[in-house]
Amino acid sequence: MSNSTSGNSTNGESARSELTGLTIAEARDMLRAKEFTARELTEAHIAAIEAGNPALNAFILQTPEKALGMAAASDARLAKGKGLALDGIPLGIKDLFCTKDVRTTAGSKILDEFRPIYESTVTQNLWDAGAVMLGKLNMDEFAMGSSNETSAFNPVVNPWRAEGSNQPLVPGGSSGGSASSVAAHLAMGATASDTGGSIRQPAAFTGTVGIKPTYGRCSRWGMVAFASSLDQAGPITRSVRDAAIMLREMASHDPKDSTSSDAQVPDFEKALAKKVKGLRIGIPKEYRMDGMSAEIEALWQQGIAWFRAAGAEIKDISLPHTKYALPAYYIVAPAEASSNLARYDGVRYGLRVNGRDITGMYEETRSAGFGAEVKRRILIGTYVLSAGYYDAYYIKAQKVRTLIRRDFDDAFRDVDIVLTPATPSPAFALGEKSGDPLEMYLNDIFTVTVNMAGLPGMSVPAGLSKTGLPMGLQIIGRAFDEETVLRAGQVIEDAAGRSPAPRNWWSVSSSSSATTAAPKAAKKASAKSGSGTSAKK
Amino acid sequence: MQIDEATVRHVARLARIKVSEQETTSLKRELTSILQWVEQLGEVDTSAVEPMTRMGEMKLPLRKDAVTSGDMAEAITSNAPLTEDHYFLVPKVVE
Repeated sequence: MSNSTSGNSTNGESARSELTGLTIAEARDMLRAKEFTARELTEAHIAAIEAGNPALNAFILQTPEKALGMAAASDARLAKGKGLALDGIPLGIKDLFCTKDVRTTAGSKILDEFRPIYESTVTQNLWDAGAVMLGKLNMDEFAMGSSNETSAFNPVVNPWRAEGSNQPLVPGGSSGGSASSVAAHLAMGATASDTGGSIRQPAAFTGTVGIKPTYGRCSRWGMVAFASSLDQAGPITRSVRDAAIMLREMASHDPKDSTSSDAQVPDFEKALAKKVKGLRIGIPKEYRMDGMSAEIEALWQQGIAWFRAAGAEIKDISLPHTKYALPAYYIVAPAEASSNLARYDGVRYGLRVNGRDITGMYEETRSAGFGAEVKRRILIGTYVLSAGYYDAYYIKAQKVRTLIRRDFDDAFRDVDIVLTPATPSPAFALGEKSGDPLEMYLNDIFTVTVNMAGLPGMSVPAGLSKTGLPMGLQIIGRAFDEETVLRAGQVIEDAAGRSPAPRNWWSVSSSSSATTAAPKAAKKASAKSGSGTSAKK
Repeated sequence: MQIDEATVRHVARLARIKVSEQETTSLKRELTSILQWVEQLGEVDTSAVEPMTRMGEMKLPLRKDAVTSGDMAEAITSNAPLTEDHYFLVPKVVE
């Protein structure tokens, strides 16, 4: 690495791909050691986006000039030895974080060319830590979807393909652009958001790490709202350590969000060093669902074996109201969405379509601006909140939610974390499930309970399916105990090895094989290669 | 719960979304299947349960009733489809 980055490389492309293959932790340390500059690192990512984005459609807006300006500021600080926590690290931003003067769409036509006059707290925190913005990432419209197929800017494609197949697969959703860009090494990390699984499911589908922290850990100020009691920001990265590094910078107490917690934000990276010997791992019997693929079941058993080998204690637990989480979610989330999305009326920002009168203008604007899934959820939400149905649906769902939270409170008296699969299956094909809303909703069956209870949850790559597609395990923790969640995630990553990079088929200028990992990372990975399906040691 | 086309049109009107005849037909089917699916919540005894209205022990913070920002009419109206002198313009509401 140090040879190829001092500017005397004979093969610029391979030097660039070595840079884009680094983890955030590696790049941070090498930037501080002046092995390369933030400008070189940023240019490598801009080139990777140019080459790969036409095929993947992960970015819907690229901001290379802004990125180079931010990188120059990072280089100035790094040169003085005053590098910040994320100085010079190029990131992608999910397009529901408002970015000052940079178009923000939430994947919808209704926001049109909206240019926020303010910066979201989460992104401001990242820029304050020296991070570099590469651009805005594609997503399901208003974060409503599990495949990134509801985006008004066309679907995102998963960089992973089944072995021997060219069929395009979905990257999951709603943070599909975040997951795809990080998996394909177009960005070192990305912001994402999770209302029912929108960080963890795409992370599982793309071999990346995604953590949804405790509700209240990250400020929601400046995030386009979907369901305010469920929405929470978090990072998608290529290692557990990187997730810890990014989350620490994203999290903060923010007086501008009344649900933002004033709990202290710990140094999550430090927590990774602690062992898990004696940690109590809960295995909930209700997550063993009918129709779950045998591969996912085997992966789960593998995870249990890894924790046992690491000295943790495995306990069977019960979360009796699990099966009711998804139907309750599909009352609460649409209800909150119908209220939050009432603001898109063609008056203050975004699209306007004229009608007969002012009501006609509202109706025409919202009809033209919203896609089918968003309309469906607004109508469900309007229905369950309407006179005569409010108690039967909304209040009932909020009561079930109390029971779901109580299940977890009871379980966490006996265990420290809960281990489950992240998704019922690996990534599916584009178009495979877009015809049936209910079938699509079932993607979130393992993740949605965590949002309903407001707890932290993380998806960690744990192995490949028979057809060579990534699969993830989920770790659920106590409220505000992301440290234990991350520590447990590190156990899975150590045992499974970091997810390999998918074979690079998407770069138009790149000749062939996998985006090369950095030597250090490659050595680490090869020491554990093939261990995705075998026990540690 | 069986949703008919009149209900779809009524709810769409409440939500201020114009729906075509074709959309009404498919929404009738989709809304019915989603609402029938959530009816399984009826199996859960919630007679002695309070609805969740906040996360955990979180308390709503209070702050001084003070002006914290302002004087930005230009910025606030900068994204509007139609404005005049820092007012949002809409079709005539009162004849």
